[in-house]
Amino acid sequence: MREVAIIGVGMNDRWGELWEKSLRDLYVEAALRAIDDAGVDHIDSMYVACMSSGLFTGQEHVSSLLADYLGVAPIPAVRVESACASGGNALRLGWLEVASGASDLVLVGGVEKMTDVDGSQATLALAAASDFEWEAFNGVTFPGLYAMMARRHMHEFGTTPEQLAAASVKNHHNGTMNPVAQFQMEITVETVLNSVLVADPLHILDCSPVTDGAAAVILCPADQAKKFNSQPVKIAASAVATDAMALHSRESLVTIGSAKAAAEKAYKQAGVGPGEIDLAEVHDCFTISEICLVEDLGFTEKGKGGEFTESGATALDGRIPVNTSGGLKSKGHPVGATGVAQAIEVYKQLRGEAGKRQVKGAKRGLCHNMGGSGGTSAVHILEVM
Amino acid sequence: MSGIVGWGSSVPKYRIKVEEIARQWGEDPESFKKGLMLREKSVPGPDQDTITISVEAARYALQRASYVDPGEIGAIYIGSESHPYAVKPSGVTVAEAIGMQPDFHTADLEFACKAGSQGMFLAWSLVDSGRMKYAFGIGADTSQGAPANALEYSASAGGAAFLFGREKVVAEVIETHSYATDTPDFWRREHEFYPQHGGRFTGEPAYFHHLLSCARIVMEKAGMKPSDFAYAVFHMPNGKFPMRAGKILGFKKEQIEPGWVVPILGNTYSGASPMGLAATLDIAKPGERILMVSFGSGAGSDGFVFETTSELPALQDKAPKLRAQLADDPIYLTYGQYAAFRGKIRV
Amino acid sequence: MTVARIWRERGRRYRLEAARCKGCGKVFFPGRLVCDKCGSREFEEIRLSDKGKILTYTVIRVPPPAHTYETPYAVAIVELEGGGRITAMVADCDPEKLEIGQNVRVVFRKISQDGEKGIKFYGYKVVPA
Repeated sequence: MREVAIIGVGMNDRWGELWEKSLRDLYVEAALRAIDDAGVDHIDSMYVACMSSGLFTGQEHVSSLLADYLGVAPIPAVRVESACASGGNALRLGWLEVASGASDLVLVGGVEKMTDVDGSQATLALAAASDFEWEAFNGVTFPGLYAMMARRHMHEFGTTPEQLAAASVKNHHNGTMNPVAQFQMEITVETVLNSVLVADPLHILDCSPVTDGAAAVILCPADQAKKFNSQPVKIAASAVATDAMALHSRESLVTIGSAKAAAEKAYKQAGVGPGEIDLAEVHDCFTISEICLVEDLGFTEKGKGGEFTESGATALDGRIPVNTSGGLKSKGHPVGATGVAQAIEVYKQLRGEAGKRQVKGAKRGLCHNMGGSGGTSAVHILEVM
Repeated sequence: MSGIVGWGSSVPKYRIKVEEIARQWGEDPESFKKGLMLREKSVPGPDQDTITISVEAARYALQRASYVDPGEIGAIYIGSESHPYAVKPSGVTVAEAIGMQPDFHTADLEFACKAGSQGMFLAWSLVDSGRMKYAFGIGADTSQGAPANALEYSASAGGAAFLFGREKVVAEVIETHSYATDTPDFWRREHEFYPQHGGRFTGEPAYFHHLLSCARIVMEKAGMKPSDFAYAVFHMPNGKFPMRAGKILGFKKEQIEPGWVVPILGNTYSGASPMGLAATLDIAKPGERILMVSFGSGAGSDGFVFETTSELPALQDKAPKLRAQLADDPIYLTYGQYAAFRGKIRV
Repeated sequence: MTVARIWRERGRRYRLEAARCKGCGKVFFPGRLVCDKCGSREFEEIRLSDKGKILTYTVIRVPPPAHTYETPYAVAIVELEGGGRITAMVADCDPEKLEIGQNVRVVFRKISQDGEKGIKFYGYKVVPA
């Protein structure tokens, strides 16, 4: 297997409710920027991460549509869907294709156009990431699943609503320094706790938003990377793991088993441990997921995620800065694009290009992207070359 | 011997008080409380209908007759004015839910408020004739009453299920009689949501004529008189009618009261007299006689004479009794919540 | 097609038909073709108990289209006696008064429907016991 590097990245100017842009506009804009950023004159293959273009826009078969509009047909293009982990899973497939020697220049893009449906339809589309017949059919929504994890985490470990809110407050703070972020505003613990309840105990400010957006990266073999880019970033590990689809079928309601399994593989691949990670982008679709993930990725012990977050350990100047981009909460969560954008944030941090939110001397970063209520996790470890 | 081998009743958790409905329409609640002897009525939750109520009542009946293999039940008849579908049987859903095997006969029955007793008559007849080992007769409704109409104070939800058999009978059927004429006192046309009625015409020529005639004939056929009965259950469109019918026939209040659940339940239409019977079986002792006479607008009555057996007491506590269900922490609704639950708010 | 999709699950939704692995005893609801714990493909058909305990719950305040007019409503993960877990709506309750560990009973209810003209979907919910 060859080593693989990221040599170019692209996103839209700013994520959010992008009323004037269609799914294809969003994707092609980000993909062209990645191609230009890498300075490549062609790509060999493309992976498109997209969770639910069908339910959100009525359009399927977007791999071909987007290859066509990006002007790269007839190259092979594949859509990757694993709910909110589509981006991470696509990145792994792109990495595999380059690592295997099958292709040299692979574009991995992610996109979601979510605002063409109303809130209730969006709720339904996202609920399709659960075990539809045995969870969503019985009235549970996506926030509802995470709310049940939160309630159980509070019950087992004494985690408080304030500790959950601390993750959101920190991510909003980081987002104020990210020009791409959908919500560039500071909030307080009180604002979170006083915001409207979505699914008890989760308030609206515990939840990531509905977002339009796209992100793309260009991968190439590490030994060719410097031809295109003076500061490429190496993919030191790429791992994906799955778990029981329905939350009620999991061994534990408060442990994200897929994250543990993927992280374990990734740490082994990169030959490092959680203590050697300088920063992490984790899948904070809800505050409780960030609390569980800092535990399950090994940054703190099981049950201590709330306390750890509240202590500032995951702040920009903390022991392990988490979600420097603002996370899904503040940057926005265009589902298919999220996993790709996480890699872009780490890429920027490792190149020292993160502006005011720069983590000083960052050499190694981890991205964790999750699908459903934890049915899929993708973990990547990126390193400076 | 043939008769009831298991029974169960089901009532929704929600209630609305007469005062709350009267407040909505600027009426005097006392006229309904005193005049019709109604205090509150049950309201089905948004997830309840004739099918779900029938399932719960039938499951309780099987909980009592726990030795019965549902695969041996040969028929299930559900009488209701509110079958969830205009075309598609309620009986098949209930049968599947209680684990009956596909070898059964079913029909959704309709005859205003006597549809439930019709189901009981059919089920018992099939069992008595030896054609089937067990058969279910169920009366259940989520009754409709138009906003601001007098019916709105009484139309409620609930049901009772009776499993008939020939062994381990808890209440033997001694005699039956049915009596009907073409009397249009109450009706609902296709595609109409709420029934219409003939006002005071629903009383003398309809309810009283049919119910009293049927009661007299079935007692005569059985060679019995009111004093031969420990209990009497008459259809309960309100609190007043059954009491008055009983008085005319020569029954005492004490014979009627055990099954007289209407003041705190309302009129469950097809479920009404079956639920009165269920409440009576809940507390009856062996060797007691029960007269039950239903009434369905349109109009007709079914009369049954039952005699309880020594098998009865052992089954009484094996499933929730109706009065215990009625007393179990009801949830009171505002008129607004009630209107939303009953689909009276158009969206 | 909605009709077939709903129809084929009726045994599970109406009667909680489930499977117990003959290899290791793990209970599956719905049943499966292969056990994820021991790999066995031999199962015994069972029915889950109608009694259980709430492991966790939430109150849904932003509903999907099927439940727009029922909010707020509670949903719980319930561990049933003798094994098997379900996610189910909690009916007939004050959602504010639910607790982890609370006893519940499985009931048969209408879950939703295919619009005003389509079929009605029946299944299980739980109520406080």
